[in-house]
Amino acid sequence: MAVKTQEGAQLLTGGEAVAYAMAQIDPDVFPVYPITPQTPIIQTFAKLVANGKATTEIVNVESEHSAMSATIGSALAGARSMTATSSQGLALMAEMVYIAAGMRTPIVMAVGNRALSAPLNIHCDHSDSMMIRDSGVIQLFAESVQEAYDLMVMATRIAEHPDVMLPVLVCQDGFTLTHSEEPLVLTPDEVVKDFAGEYKVPLPLLDVEEVTTKGIFALQDYYTELRYQMNAAMEAAETVIADVFDEYSPLVDRPFGLLEEYELEGAEKVVFLMGSTAGTIKDVVDALRSEGQKVGLLRLISYRPFPAEAIRGALASAQEVIVLDRSDAPGAVPSLHAEMAAALYGSNVKLRAHVFGLGGRELVPDEARAIFAGEAPTHVALRS
Amino acid sequence: MSSLRPWQELSPGGTIRPTDAEKPKTGSWRTGIKPLADLSKCTNCLLCWLYCPDSAILIEETTFVGFDDYFCKGCEVCAAVCPVGAIEMVPEETETPERWVMRSDESGS
Repeated sequence: MAVKTQEGAQLLTGGEAVAYAMAQIDPDVFPVYPITPQTPIIQTFAKLVANGKATTEIVNVESEHSAMSATIGSALAGARSMTATSSQGLALMAEMVYIAAGMRTPIVMAVGNRALSAPLNIHCDHSDSMMIRDSGVIQLFAESVQEAYDLMVMATRIAEHPDVMLPVLVCQDGFTLTHSEEPLVLTPDEVVKDFAGEYKVPLPLLDVEEVTTKGIFALQDYYTELRYQMNAAMEAAETVIADVFDEYSPLVDRPFGLLEEYELEGAEKVVFLMGSTAGTIKDVVDALRSEGQKVGLLRLISYRPFPAEAIRGALASAQEVIVLDRSDAPGAVPSLHAEMAAALYGSNVKLRAHVFGLGGRELVPDEARAIFAGEAPTHVALRS
Repeated sequence: MSSLRPWQELSPGGTIRPTDAEKPKTGSWRTGIKPLADLSKCTNCLLCWLYCPDSAILIEETTFVGFDDYFCKGCEVCAAVCPVGAIEMVPEETETPERWVMRSDESGS
């Protein structure tokens, strides 16, 4: 098959690609701890800094808990700060992720999604991101290396918007994207630099002219109000993300959205999922369409904020939606299933859901066909 | 306490500026002892000012002038760090000004 390559495209892994985006933005501080499959991000970025492509202070910390702590501290002090992690690293970081969001810290984090232990597994699923789903961080999921790169370029603008001021996680599937080379076009350095602009955080800790206290104590009198603020910030983020996407899109001539609608025109059965598996589903949608079946794909990019209204709109003419969660929720239903059920409550769209791809298990085209046909088990490809 | 404010009026994440809060009278629950300074011994090194965990050390420009009972919790840190033993902790009942206004010239320096 002839592959059409975009002009100026080069081959990079997802890990390398987000590291290039970071180097182009040139943040002030990058506290980080290595973990598979995030390691190529820190390796590539460290090489870029060593070669003078960025002037970032890389802080080699003793754990991910410290990585996030240092990132919060430097970001609130007034320095643009980023970090990166995966799986157990994100689990260890989780305490500080809640604090980062609660203190409204505009940091950017690259995530290579990986299954959580036990049993020990280094491959992709989304259970690490799901663990912090209610922390108040924005989570954007890429399908491709190009999209991971572009989301990384745009992430600081979203995080640092005065109406938002929340951490932004740019999530890509571990190994499938982090370690796989795909052709992508890098945006010119000066375009990225201009787009990212200068870092401004209101009331930085190092401003001696206007001294402030951060990390306050709030009890029955103010805790509810301060946590509630994040609802307003997330609501604003939905608009800000769309605005930032719209501003960046013409610079690179690629479309962006909180959702991607693939073959939804007249689609009766629609698969709903996040991440790189969308590529497989698209191939199967194409094949089924050529066989005359009215099927489509709705891919979620912005997991948090969850664009429920837009999802309802996109599915207005669908008869059935099939949610594919790449994480499990023993004793309940996984996140996308629950969110979709809430979004569709009161509508006539039928809902079906599956768990797939745990610990890196592939979802092959035949299984995707079985999913569309209603013949797949609840846990796709489970041996029983 | 003043009336509680709604979420829209709070800074993001609860960042506090000195002007945001009413002065908390931390001195109201003092431990039962309070500091008294012998200004004839004081070398004005300002270690007490540096170490005080509250705002209880009064200075004018760069000169130690006394203690603010409004904030002093009686923690004894100032007495512990004073390198010349100029600060003594005395019982609460001891007469000292509510807010010290002692000037450096009163100590004869």
